[in-house]
Amino acid sequence: MTQSIVVQVGQCGNQVGCRFWDLALREHAHVNKKGVYDEALGSFFRNVDSRYCHPWGQRSTCTLAVLVDMEEGVVNQIVQGPLRDLFDTTQLLTDVSGSGNNWAVGHMTYGSAYRDQIVEKVRRAAEHCDCLQCFFLIHSMGGGTGSGLGTRVLGLLEEEFPEVCRIVTSVYPSDEDDVITSPYNSVLAMRELTEHADCVLPVENQSLVEILTRVRLLSRAPGPGVKADLISSPGGGPEKPFDSMNNIIANLLLNLTSSARFEGCLNMDLNEISMNLVPFPRLHYLVPSLAPLYSLQADCSMAPRRPDQMFSDVFSKDHQLIRADPRRSLYLACALLGRGDLLLSDLRRNIHRLRSSLSFVSWNPEGWKTSLCSVAPVGHTHSLLALANNTCVKGTFSALRDRYARLYRKKAHLHHYLQEEGMELSLFSQASESLSSLIEEYDLLDRASSSCPHDAPRLQIAT
Amino acid sequence: MSIVTVQLGQCGNQVGQELFDVICKDARDGQKRGYSDASTARFFHETTTGDLTSRAVLIDMEPKVINHSMSKAAKSGRWRYGEKSHFSQKQGSGNNWANGYCVHGPRHREAMEDLVRREVERCDRLAGVVTMMSVAGGTGSGVGTYVTQCLREVYPNSFILNHLTWPYDSGEVIVQNYNSVLTLSHLYGLSDAILVHENDTVHRICAQLLNIKHISFGDVNRVIAHQLASVLQPALTTDSYGDYSRNPLGELVSSLACHPEYKLLSVCGIPQVASSSMAYSVFSWPGLLKHLRQMLISNTKMEEGIDWQVRAPPVHCGGAEWAHSFRTTGFNRSLANLLILRGKDVFSAEADGFQDAALYTSWLPPREAFSMWKSPVSFNQYEKSATLVSNSQTLLKPLDNMVRKAWNMFASRAYIHQYTKFGIAEEDFLDSFTSLEQVISSYTQLC
Repeated sequence: MTQSIVVQVGQCGNQVGCRFWDLALREHAHVNKKGVYDEALGSFFRNVDSRYCHPWGQRSTCTLAVLVDMEEGVVNQIVQGPLRDLFDTTQLLTDVSGSGNNWAVGHMTYGSAYRDQIVEKVRRAAEHCDCLQCFFLIHSMGGGTGSGLGTRVLGLLEEEFPEVCRIVTSVYPSDEDDVITSPYNSVLAMRELTEHADCVLPVENQSLVEILTRVRLLSRAPGPGVKADLISSPGGGPEKPFDSMNNIIANLLLNLTSSARFEGCLNMDLNEISMNLVPFPRLHYLVPSLAPLYSLQADCSMAPRRPDQMFSDVFSKDHQLIRADPRRSLYLACALLGRGDLLLSDLRRNIHRLRSSLSFVSWNPEGWKTSLCSVAPVGHTHSLLALANNTCVKGTFSALRDRYARLYRKKAHLHHYLQEEGMELSLFSQASESLSSLIEEYDLLDRASSSCPHDAPRLQIAT
Repeated sequence: MSIVTVQLGQCGNQVGQELFDVICKDARDGQKRGYSDASTARFFHETTTGDLTSRAVLIDMEPKVINHSMSKAAKSGRWRYGEKSHFSQKQGSGNNWANGYCVHGPRHREAMEDLVRREVERCDRLAGVVTMMSVAGGTGSGVGTYVTQCLREVYPNSFILNHLTWPYDSGEVIVQNYNSVLTLSHLYGLSDAILVHENDTVHRICAQLLNIKHISFGDVNRVIAHQLASVLQPALTTDSYGDYSRNPLGELVSSLACHPEYKLLSVCGIPQVASSSMAYSVFSWPGLLKHLRQMLISNTKMEEGIDWQVRAPPVHCGGAEWAHSFRTTGFNRSLANLLILRGKDVFSAEADGFQDAALYTSWLPPREAFSMWKSPVSFNQYEKSATLVSNSQTLLKPLDNMVRKAWNMFASRAYIHQYTKFGIAEEDFLDSFTSLEQVISSYTQLC
């Protein structure tokens, strides 16, 4: 059994992380009724020997996580909240003053100041693993700590653990964002993601808001639903404002890792994700979509989805975690990760059914990677996660580039960045060039797909 | 004589477990003492307590499937895997052939060779090694190729039969065509014969012949295991004089893989019916063999939708003409065929239809190209059953498809960076493509 370490950076990263741990624990508690430490649990938790008295008293499991924030608020809430027993102080790294929504402060100033401590904490976590397979980095793109220090951490992980896969969940800011410098932060962070991550799962705030609005509308309709108390027991404490949104991201991560944690007839290892879905090293942005779309309470009263409906859902615009329509764009590859009582024949039938409505790049017309995990999410009989390497992601990137250009044209707020040590103007132009060339690469694929596909001339054998 | 089986990767370990299950059931139910003794000696050794332990080595880079197969075997109560005959690691090969072949394989060479050596040393007489793996993933294909290469070095005089499961045409793994091309091209130089099952064909058998509504991997694997067992279980050859314990791998290879350019074997069996319709089915040898022959020449892989229009062409025609007319008439030419008959009245069965020179090439006459094994013990609930192992053009189309798709992907250099990372360069891909194009060309021009 392999292990993965979650590195959560910044306010958003830590809030999402907190939801992830809460839900992960619930999921394992649901499957593992005896409460005995088992292999499945071992992929994200470590067993603590309680015979040796711990200063914090009784604990038996501890997360494989590193929590980093340059403020104290969120991390303090976590370590004082109901999940406090899951973390110990050696996993936490906080400062008091925050990054002031400034990428340069997070990346350069804090990055240099805390470099050794971060590496030390990650290494400590890694020492608890007997086969470390994957890092999950959770952060946001808009702020200062998540985007700046988060991407710095990403670089450090690559330096220190070059063979361990890095999967990044990045939360992109909405267009009407209260952080005025978010376009700068996001574009600067994008370059780091493009160069140092193995896979990036982009999630847009705006998309989560829209999903929740829809879910709330639907959930008013009466219908047979799943038991509410299974999903929303008071384990996580009172619901906080972003909890429903963060739950969606946490569920994305749970579904992504389910096949690595539990049994299934068609297992998917985490290192298979990048192998199958990333045809070119830079094009590693995978658009996630989930069905059913669960948050904590909102959709408990919704009728469970039939398998076929669920397959249609994950390809529809409404279920994407970024605002994009993959059906109208080009697929480079697509993964379908099923959980629960789904069968091989459900997978094959639905792929067959949906295939004609989707366009795939000419050299990968059957670009499907599928997996089945027999353990369903708590409170559901089945669920489905789709990861699409689709050119539709460039819409999000172009919007980001435009907002960046508007700000940069006036050189607004630049001086805040340039006064940080190590920050240079050239980093801005390099970052925007990196983003532009990424968009261009997606464009090229789109354009090539419009010409009619033909087989490459084969090698000729002299007879 | 005994066969050592090496199960590799998720697919190999699942199919292998089903295979031993079928064999064990068949050997126990068999009325004839000689048959079941021969089968037991071939695939199992008995521990001091009298338990049957399979002569198998289980290799995977992750423990889940091996644990599952071992506990399933133990639960059967009839047989088990050797306590120590398995090797697993914690982290899989991630669908990457290069990771299996260049990293995992060399790193664990000694441990894996030791396991095989231990099994080999337990055999009084070794017939050879059967490796079971898929070509799509990383461990089965990559580590499997590496292990085959090592076995070839360590046992240069033993027979090595590779049993390969080819993936669904529309994939389970996106890079499956790359992995398949790399596996096949390497194995072609190492193996004595390559026995292929296609998932697509087996899936159709499950759906249309066996009427299974919701087909699982278990169902697919069971069909593969049954077909494979019907080939590997003891049978009487024409010159064995009633003695079962001949060398099955040697006989198989010598009758089917008579030329180094042609090593791809396919299997089809008849009858295959749902157990619910067994009561209403009656089989006769002439009927079964007539169907099986037409399946062979019309390239139909199961007993449904057989094209009865296809005829074997008249003997001794010009070469190039026939390469062309293969496409137009759908005639499937064989290099060699092995017919295995099992069941009641088997010695009265006549297989003249398969001895027709028109079925074969001009350079290998039917008496060389056709062999037949018989066993009076019925197999797998059927009173009479026939299995045909064929070295023919049947696999040409799926192979050509595989190479075409991989080549298209290679033209854009998609996914290549994932392989170069572990030491497989573009030139290695080109070499593999070249050698498979050669195979395709050879089979296309079979005449």
